[in-house]
Amino acid sequence: MTDVQQQAAATGAPDPDDADWTVTQDRTSEAAPSDGGIGFRATISFVRRSWRGLTSMRTALILLFLLAIAAIPGSLLPQEKLNADKVAAYLAEHRTIGPLLDRVGAFNVFASPWFSAIYLLLFISLVGCLVPRLRGHIVNLRRVPPDAPARLHRLPVSRSDLRFGGTPADAGERLRVLLRSRRYRTVVRSQPDGSVTVSAEKGYLKETGNLLFHFALLALLIGVAYGSWFGWHGGRLLVAGNDSGFCNTVSQLDDLSLGARMNAADLEPFCLTLNRFHASYLSDGQPVQYSADVSYTVGTGNGPATTDNLRVNHPLRLPDANVYLIGHGYAPIVKYTDKYGHSVTQVAAFLPQDGNMTSTGAIMFPDVNINPATGSNVDPKTYVKQQMGFAGFYYPTVSTTDPTDASGSVYPAEDNPMLVLVPYRGDLGIDNGVPQSVYTLDQAQIDAGRLTAVDPSSPLRLRPGQTARLDDGSTVEFLGTRQWVSLSLRYDPGEKLVLGGAIALVIGLLFSLTGRRRRVWFRVASDASGDGRTVSVASAGGLARAEYASFPVEFEGIVDAAVVPGASDSAGSVGGAGSAEGGAGSAEGGAAREGT
Amino acid sequence: MAELSRELLFGAIVAYVIAMMCYAAEFVIGVSAPGGALLGARLRDRELVGAGAPIAERSSAEDPTPVSPPASGAETSGIQWPGLRDDAAIGSSLHTDRGLRWLPLYGRLAVVVTGIGTLLHASGLVTRGIAAGRVPWGNMYEFLIAVTLVCSIAWMVLAIRRPAIRPLGLIVTLVLVVLLGLDLIVLRTAVEPLVPALNSYWLKIHVTLAITASGLFMTGFCVAALYLIRTGYEKRVADGRPVGFPYTLGPRLPVATNLERLTFRIHAFTFPIWTLAIMCGAIWAEAAWGRYWGWDPKETWSFIAWVVYAGYLHARATPSVKRNVATLLAVGGFAVMMVNLFVINFAVSGLHSYAGVG
Repeated sequence: MTDVQQQAAATGAPDPDDADWTVTQDRTSEAAPSDGGIGFRATISFVRRSWRGLTSMRTALILLFLLAIAAIPGSLLPQEKLNADKVAAYLAEHRTIGPLLDRVGAFNVFASPWFSAIYLLLFISLVGCLVPRLRGHIVNLRRVPPDAPARLHRLPVSRSDLRFGGTPADAGERLRVLLRSRRYRTVVRSQPDGSVTVSAEKGYLKETGNLLFHFALLALLIGVAYGSWFGWHGGRLLVAGNDSGFCNTVSQLDDLSLGARMNAADLEPFCLTLNRFHASYLSDGQPVQYSADVSYTVGTGNGPATTDNLRVNHPLRLPDANVYLIGHGYAPIVKYTDKYGHSVTQVAAFLPQDGNMTSTGAIMFPDVNINPATGSNVDPKTYVKQQMGFAGFYYPTVSTTDPTDASGSVYPAEDNPMLVLVPYRGDLGIDNGVPQSVYTLDQAQIDAGRLTAVDPSSPLRLRPGQTARLDDGSTVEFLGTRQWVSLSLRYDPGEKLVLGGAIALVIGLLFSLTGRRRRVWFRVASDASGDGRTVSVASAGGLARAEYASFPVEFEGIVDAAVVPGASDSAGSVGGAGSAEGGAGSAEGGAAREGT
Repeated sequence: MAELSRELLFGAIVAYVIAMMCYAAEFVIGVSAPGGALLGARLRDRELVGAGAPIAERSSAEDPTPVSPPASGAETSGIQWPGLRDDAAIGSSLHTDRGLRWLPLYGRLAVVVTGIGTLLHASGLVTRGIAAGRVPWGNMYEFLIAVTLVCSIAWMVLAIRRPAIRPLGLIVTLVLVVLLGLDLIVLRTAVEPLVPALNSYWLKIHVTLAITASGLFMTGFCVAALYLIRTGYEKRVADGRPVGFPYTLGPRLPVATNLERLTFRIHAFTFPIWTLAIMCGAIWAEAAWGRYWGWDPKETWSFIAWVVYAGYLHARATPSVKRNVATLLAVGGFAVMMVNLFVINFAVSGLHSYAGVG
């Protein structure tokens, strides 16, 4: 890109109002009229104009606001990624507008094409704005401050008739030392008419911070993208007990989402077992602490198990995976003894429905009622399997005053537990290969009459250790419960880049908002009207850009220090005695003189 | 202790109400007394020069109509006060007019009573913390107490350092009374320990930053809103149009350029704090929920607020965007903060649902 303004920025006119000097370039202005007429030129012109439009601050602002507005539906409508059940419920409730919203991606806003389009355009706009600015800033950093404007008194702050002893060159040198000691980049120029101008500039950190902030935003986006490509996350519901541990493989996770550039083989190999889970509650049921004792082995071999205590806010961090405790619940243990005397024990995780852990679930016994004579559980008359399933509620604490379970659980810990089961007999529908929820009985089988309630009128109410007898002489025994935890397993290799980007962003922001770019000029001429001694007379001017309300104070301080030696903290050097300090700065000053 | 906290906070509200009445008295006397508007402007200019040194001169040099708006304000109210052209006249009027004599007193009283309110407010928060045995920002009730306290402290700092902006106290105390009253009456929550998810040292970092930023944005909003009133007033006077409410508040307010600069400085100071608050929230979220960013409703609205405030800072740095348009964005940013606080806590459930209101 070679547009006029950028060239102006790169070459740098001495005028204090040159293009790069405006803090934020607003580069929407029209290009010089093209001499086109030829299609190619017109196209180039169009592309150039579009590019300039896209990279203008106004467009960036509009995109920024579109981004803010586009994020709103993502917080007000249920989102697939956060809560798929709510999306399904919303779709079921809003039959007309639901599918429409679904089609435009309103249930997955943050991955939708239009949301992505906005932020990608924003970042292209950012790059288009930043690259020329970075170039301009580098040029600026290497450039000496421009010569003093012709009329210093027209600047926002100025002083005139400042008198110095000595020649203009002496005065110029003293001013240079003074301004250097105040960390100004300073250059002294000898003018053809014998006068000397001193130009000083300070506050380059503002633009440095500004660029750092915006490049940090880019780093952040790259970190997010990298994490989503090379990361993965999965979930696993883990019941306590040595017999129910799991390993981090695709088949043993309940759900798994691999990044675009990840294979299942890339998963960090480890195995994990829940030894014990403990939750403590206040008397009103508010949870105080969840704590899970786990043991794990890293790697494929049977290495020694390490134990760890997993808590909320305290994940288990493995080299390429983190394990988070995100939920918990109860898993009733039920022993079913069929009419042939064959017993099976099942542990089934029940899902909590409220803060007091009223839980629902299903316990399934597919391999019962097998006739020892035939080796099959298919009923010879109806040709339907005679499997057993129980739809259940579990209440860790039922009210002692209200003997029924109508009010549900009244406390989340197991103070007065009760398991309520509705037995079903028939074909559970789990043998046909179609994945099916383990928390509910298959409603389709029930509706089709292949799975029927044994006695719909009276569900079984069991305390731990109690046994109930069914119509066919089989028994159900509630042995107790085990705890389970739901774990989130994640790995995001982009996190470090995102964190680094965020830190750079804040640092850049601080410099950008606190930095103040300003220039100070002196013009010193010899004054012949004196009494024979060489005297110089000077005028001074200053210009601050951006928000710097007390610049006039600083300017007056500099001028006073220059005029009245001793009024400044750097009095010695101003008085001309500080030749050693002046010498230190002279190499740079000499280089600057060469540059002009 | 919890009851004491509540009583202290009600005391703070009473103090804020009294302060608000003092500000209002200063405001009303200043506007309705003959030439009061002009007098107020003169007094303010003197205070500004005293407090801000050469800037005031510079800003009034930039301002095309530095003194005429207040003067024409007196004209629009149909009252001429030809005598008030120099400081001697102001001095004499201070002694002759009973209402005007009390004018500075009301202002000072207002600031002192606001200070008492701030102290009561702070002790209310501290006693709440003692009662709970933890940092007192574990639910929405406590959060809002803390946010309004930050706003109140920020206002006290401003009012003491820059006496000229004292008329802004009217809207600041109004906002404080409304939000704190709403909090004490509607959002009241019993003292409880933290839920497990909040039991982390990040609570102290993330929530403290969020509270500080919210409180400062609240102060910034008050200044921004009054800037818009003042600038609307100046525009109407310049165009010769009738000045209706809320622009009738305009004549007693500081010059628009000063209000605008203050608006920017507050927001430029607060924006990095808000950025840090979101950042620390993300670090905490990584430890608690396994991801640093998940578009949880609270996160989403924090992001929207961040974007709107970033837009304000950019718009203000862009010469082609008018300052009052830019300031509208700052007001919009605070509206988003309020949506995030009230609408998201009450109407939308998410991981941040600790408000204790659901």
